[in-house]
Amino acid sequence: MRDQRPGILSTVAVYAAMVFLVLPLVAVIPVSFTSKRFLSMPGGQWSLQHYGEMVSNSEWLQSIQTSLLIAFLTALVSTVLATLFCVGVWYVRSRLTGVLLGLVLMPMAVPPIISALTLYFFVTSADVYDTLIGAVIAHVAMSVPYAVVTIMVSLSQIDRRIEMAARNLGASVWQTTFWVILPNIRFGVISAAFLSFILSWEEISVTLFVTSVDIITLPRKVWSGLRDNIDPVIASISVVLIAVTTVAIVLKLVAEARQSLREA
Amino acid sequence: MVHRRAVEWLVFVAPLPLAIIVAYVFPLLGVLRWSFTDPTRGLQNYDRIMVDDNIHAIAWRTLDLCLTTTVAAVLIAYLLAYHWTFGPPWRRRFVELCVLIPFWISVLIRAFGWLIVLRPKGLLNEWLLAGGLISEPLALVRNDLGVVIGMVHFMVPFAVFPILAVMRQIDPRIMSAARGLGAGPVRRFLEIFLPLSLPGVIGSVFIVFVFTLGFFITPAILGGGRVVMIAEYIFTQMSQTAKWGLGAALAVSLLLVVSIMIGALLKLVRIEQFAR
Repeated sequence: MRDQRPGILSTVAVYAAMVFLVLPLVAVIPVSFTSKRFLSMPGGQWSLQHYGEMVSNSEWLQSIQTSLLIAFLTALVSTVLATLFCVGVWYVRSRLTGVLLGLVLMPMAVPPIISALTLYFFVTSADVYDTLIGAVIAHVAMSVPYAVVTIMVSLSQIDRRIEMAARNLGASVWQTTFWVILPNIRFGVISAAFLSFILSWEEISVTLFVTSVDIITLPRKVWSGLRDNIDPVIASISVVLIAVTTVAIVLKLVAEARQSLREA
Repeated sequence: MVHRRAVEWLVFVAPLPLAIIVAYVFPLLGVLRWSFTDPTRGLQNYDRIMVDDNIHAIAWRTLDLCLTTTVAAVLIAYLLAYHWTFGPPWRRRFVELCVLIPFWISVLIRAFGWLIVLRPKGLLNEWLLAGGLISEPLALVRNDLGVVIGMVHFMVPFAVFPILAVMRQIDPRIMSAARGLGAGPVRRFLEIFLPLSLPGVIGSVFIVFVFTLGFFITPAILGGGRVVMIAEYIFTQMSQTAKWGLGAALAVSLLLVVSIMIGALLKLVRIEQFAR
């Protein structure tokens, strides 16, 4: 380790890089407390009015509800489809696995603007443009590859012999799946659900194409707010989301540190 | 037993690929067809792409901005990954936090944050003005610079992970051996550590480049309508001028470029494995 100890110059540079990473997130905080009706620094007059606006304005509340609903449904559908698929290819051990994986991972590799066009084509052909179901299908297509990767990783770590043992003891496919495989990959499945939820909650590029005036998600509302006169409510919403994210990550790191201490 | 196989295939494996084929693959072919049929049947959209100077200018600009972003993001990511691997324990945690927090925050909020920092009445200009370093606000946003800053910020966390994964696997004994044989710190880094970490760098370069080629959210917010990247151009063709055929033809061309690059990456990685 001693041989790779970073020098003073690179230490200074890495602190600059860290400032670069957090600067735009920190900068949002003072702006959210401005007492003016436009984007500005509070300049001595701090106010919570934009936080009040966030929880009382029905348009913002509506968009938060829409986003939560779509994200919940997306997480549910993505996780079920991805889990069935991953456990399935794990069972059948077919030569087709590579092709099938390539197929279901495709939306992850294609640039978002092209996925957006593609899914626009789908929702208009299937007559679900600007509907809840159309938005959920589009979000599932975008998030399911990540769910598949997460569950695949978790499956690759379990011992195949437990499936054979279950099989030899006469367990059906369903019994094997529910009582043997799923308990072993539960963390992968939970992570997949969480990831799908977040991806859908934040999704904007495809959403811009598959929805219009009836289905307005939070990112879509923020997007239109950023394009016109910028409403300081966006700053308050950003601060809340940044705070939640930071707390979640810190808690996770603390839990990991405790875990490794216990193991050591 | 036959029944079991059938259940495994039909109930477990089949639903997701079928859903993707219906909701994604067929529509993608539909977009391909658009590029040949809208507004009329023929190759006119591709002809236009071949001869239109405006589109060429945008393509070159996209390439330019993507390359700049890639170089900057990968350099910053390399630095962060290095300290994440070899820094003192508390600094490692700090780097981890600074990479993970932006990673999980939406692209919109991050672009918005940069707008607050960079705009003429923004944080940075106010500081510089107050410090007497400048007499007039600098144009930091609604131009190429703003777009590159936003894209680099978006891509750094993605670029850190492949480099980090490779750096962690480098055997520290190799470095000790080099030291024992009398190589100084600079030589150890340039001739031994850097080449060993190169596979991670190549992975990051491709991820960043391919991602930024398809970017349109960050450029749309930080470019202020003046910088036009190819993906953003496709977006405006669709949403404002409703030129579906031309947009589709551009999308198909972009997809072709990205596929060739991904193919090249896979080949490169494979060749590297043979070389070991």
